[in-house]
Amino acid sequence: MSVEVAKVQKAPKNDKGRFTSYVIGYILSLYLTITAYLIVKNHLGSNFVIIALIAGLALVQFLVQLFYFMHLGLESKPRFKLLVLGFMMLVVGILVGGSLWIMYSLNYNSIPKTPQQINQYMNDQGGF
Amino acid sequence: MSEAESVAAQTKKLDPNSIEESRTVFGFWVYLMTDCVLFASLFATFAVLRNNTNGGLPGSEIFSLPYVLTETIILLTSSFTCGIGMLAARRGDRAKVMFWFAVTFLLGLAFLIMELTEFTHLAHSGNSWTRSGFLSSYFTLVGTHGLHITVGLTWMLVIFSKVSRKGVTESNLRKLTLLSLFWHFLDIIWIFIFTVVYLLGVIPR
Repeated sequence: MSVEVAKVQKAPKNDKGRFTSYVIGYILSLYLTITAYLIVKNHLGSNFVIIALIAGLALVQFLVQLFYFMHLGLESKPRFKLLVLGFMMLVVGILVGGSLWIMYSLNYNSIPKTPQQINQYMNDQGGF
Repeated sequence: MSEAESVAAQTKKLDPNSIEESRTVFGFWVYLMTDCVLFASLFATFAVLRNNTNGGLPGSEIFSLPYVLTETIILLTSSFTCGIGMLAARRGDRAKVMFWFAVTFLLGLAFLIMELTEFTHLAHSGNSWTRSGFLSSYFTLVGTHGLHITVGLTWMLVIFSKVSRKGVTESNLRKLTLLSLFWHFLDIIWIFIFTVVYLLGVIPR
């Protein structure tokens, strides 16, 4: 009995709520995509500002589609889908961030100097 | 046979919420997350190689942003129609499922044709995948996404024929649920391709 009550109380699971969620997700995604496009097309701001803005817009759209299209928020507890998603994002962060960090620091490892000179150079540059 | 049992038998016929919470769907979700890691490695490769044009043209010279925006909107719309098709599937409405998934299929096909047109155009203008590290990583990343789209379209055809023969059975509803997740996932990957490859690619340095 209590299980049935719990199921009934999940209002967003009904189909009307789902229809609204698809429409909201679609409109928000269109809005975010076109905004990012216009920012780049019209060069609104410096390169750094543009990159930060469109990266932010992509992340927001990622969340919008996860929740409004893939219904991540409707998952009942325990939220294993959310857990796997979180671990995926950790792995992706290490993989992409780590690759870029290593590959754009390669010049430190390709200086024709003795180890002592490299240590001196690294100290002068403030570590990494 | 009590009344409660017959009611249970009727509701058991189509219970979209319990399918959505089933282990099958969770397993598919885990697959999607590992597929994200595959794409992440390709994104990392692209991000490392994107300036290595080997004397060739950079992204800002070879990409047409309005063309890619059209592709993006087509794929986004197909993700939306796929969702509307899923609503029909939850009600067990065979005709509407067929209609909305046909629309989704045609939009997906239009996207794929546009992508292949762009690829052939690039290859014919001397910017094929053998030209530079930048173009190799570009074709691998975007091509892998296109391959996923191709698989998704084939899968859609298979389910389409199943639904047309047997209607929205529990088994077909489960398959449609997995397919719709896959399709939304490909749209999410495309957001990042659109942002990282095309939008970042055309910003002049």
